[in-house]
Amino acid sequence: MTDIQATDAASGAGGTAEDDAFRVIEARELCLTFETNDGPVHALSNVDLTVDRGEFVSFIGPSGCGKTTLLRVIADLEKATAGTISVNGMSPEEARRKRAYGYVFQAAALYPWRTIAGNVALPLEIMGLDKAERAERIARNLELVNLSGFERKFPWQLSGGMQQRASIARALAVEPDLLLMDEPFGALDEIVRDHLNEQLNQLWDRTNKTVIFVTHSIPEAVFLSTKIVVMSPRPGRVHDVIDCNLPRERTLDIRETPEFLEIAHRVRDGLRAGHAYDDE
Amino acid sequence: MSRSVPLTVLAGGIALLAGLAIQIISADAVWSPSYGLAAALLASSYLLAIVWRHGAAAAFLLLAIVHLAAIPLIGHIGHGEGEMGPAYWALLISGWLAAWTSVTRLTAAARSVPPSARQAINLLIPFVFGVWLILIWEAVTRGAGIPQVLLPAPSAVWAKLIASLPILWADFVQTFMKAVIAGYVLGCGIGFGTAILVDRSPFLKRGLMPVGNMVSALPIIGVAPIMVMWFGFDWQSKAAVVVIMTFFPMLVNTLEGLSASSAMQRDLMRTYAASYSQTLLKLRLVEALPFIFNALKINSTLALIGAIVSEFFGTPIVGMGFRISTEVGRMNVDMVWAEIAVAALAGSAFYGSLVLIERTLTFWHPSNR
Ligand SMILES: Nc1ncnc2c1ncn2[C@@H]1O[C@H](COP(=O)(O)OP(=O)(O)O)[C@@H](O)[C@H]1O
Ligand SMILES: [Mg+2]
Repeated sequence: MTDIQATDAASGAGGTAEDDAFRVIEARELCLTFETNDGPVHALSNVDLTVDRGEFVSFIGPSGCGKTTLLRVIADLEKATAGTISVNGMSPEEARRKRAYGYVFQAAALYPWRTIAGNVALPLEIMGLDKAERAERIARNLELVNLSGFERKFPWQLSGGMQQRASIARALAVEPDLLLMDEPFGALDEIVRDHLNEQLNQLWDRTNKTVIFVTHSIPEAVFLSTKIVVMSPRPGRVHDVIDCNLPRERTLDIRETPEFLEIAHRVRDGLRAGHAYDDE
Repeated sequence: MSRSVPLTVLAGGIALLAGLAIQIISADAVWSPSYGLAAALLASSYLLAIVWRHGAAAAFLLLAIVHLAAIPLIGHIGHGEGEMGPAYWALLISGWLAAWTSVTRLTAAARSVPPSARQAINLLIPFVFGVWLILIWEAVTRGAGIPQVLLPAPSAVWAKLIASLPILWADFVQTFMKAVIAGYVLGCGIGFGTAILVDRSPFLKRGLMPVGNMVSALPIIGVAPIMVMWFGFDWQSKAAVVVIMTFFPMLVNTLEGLSASSAMQRDLMRTYAASYSQTLLKLRLVEALPFIFNALKINSTLALIGAIVSEFFGTPIVGMGFRISTEVGRMNVDMVWAEIAVAALAGSAFYGSLVLIERTLTFWHPSNR
């Protein structure tokens, strides 16, 4: 029961060339140990994970179980100490250099000296897009997150929820096929969060992007995901992978249905078991 | 307790009454219409301060009356230079306390006016403070007959300043426009460039920082004569001293500023696969701006001091430092003060314009918005 392989839940281990074309993330026996003054911290231990194109995968687990670290390894912000990982069939570094993903941090991390439009423009400037193309993408993506009309405001003039939406627009403007989101709604209140969850679900449904989403919240994970990766701490590892086959188009009402509650129940059990294992 | 009379009003009123009493009873008191006028204006200002306490209008009226009173207060000295007695000093203290009261009232009123007016009041307050500093200086030096060599009256300094404008201008051009500006631009520029290099190379950081530290600790008195030997008597050697003085503060501050951006902001640039120079220009240098301006401000003061002092160690017969050292020798202290006034003015204008540029460039910084 140590490592239920994420692969089993997906299209089956091994995989033909055809499968590989749809494979976005492929991690095998991934380990990451931080050397700290208090000794080594095993943030990730033998993590196996596959994510296929168009999936919405959530990482859920208590804090310190390595969710952020795993996301950062995928993003090449952290290097694994052992094991293999590929992103779009490349090394994470190559994928990063090809701007394969958009990353949404836990905090909005907008630059205070740039307007909202200027912040969304930042990655586009770095990519060397011309002015017309930038303007078009800024308008389209701010529209997508319901921020049209706030282009000329500075981040500190906006509420936390609006800032986080702006940071999502900034990640989307790069037009990546893969979105990595680290507890993007963690600091927001319930109502704003529900609303953004709905918007994110619609966005994913419409654009057919692959999303990897870190969260603390069981309802959020079940509502958004096609696959939920339950993680447990010390050492950080994948405890269980739960499929979540709700219809692609969802409204928040779905949270009242027996199917939803059944999956939520399984996730909760998984989280409990992860803890129990930890206590032994 | 809001009905009670503020301490400054109480003390000022007592000083006014005491001054009048002494004036009447003492035999050697100097009499003039100015004395009476000043006393009357101050008396009305205290009355006003007691009956009409709140609001910007009351504060401004008080301010106007107090400054009106300052004119006869200084005018009275003309009737007996160096012979002012306790009656006059009491009146002067009363005037100062009245001004203090008016500023306190103005500060209180500033809370209830629109922001633009508040800004004007915030500028007015240090101005009033400066005016009274000069008024008291003038009154004490002339009223008590303090020797010119010890401390000339502001009016004497002003007269000298107006009379010697061509000389002062020539000195200003030599010291400020040439030595300070050239040295400042070079020193800050090299410091900045070095910081960028050091930031990129850990080897340079370890090798250069101790050397830079040592250079910054060099005493200007030792360096200046050597620079004269290297670069000659003219402004170039002074500029060299300024370069040495301004280099290190810029290096240290820029280095600190370059590491001011948060890890998350740098990670963000990494996810965009931004190049080194893109990260530098679009993130790290912007975050470093407050630190860089800090150095620019410190250096504006250092540069002026450095250029003036290094002129004490050999110079052509022009320059602010040269003038100060020679005129002190000739006991022309008013000329020294005129140079000091020019230096203070130039220094403040330099500093002030840096602050203005900083405000527009770092409007986004939490301390400015
Ligand atoms: N840079 C780091 N240096 C040392 N330890 C770290 C570092 N980043 C994370 N860790 C440790 O790794 C573990 C997993 O962290 P993280 O991935 O942030 O957990 P989560 O996101 O699930 O809360 C934690 O114990 C954390 O303290
Ligand atoms: Mg985390």
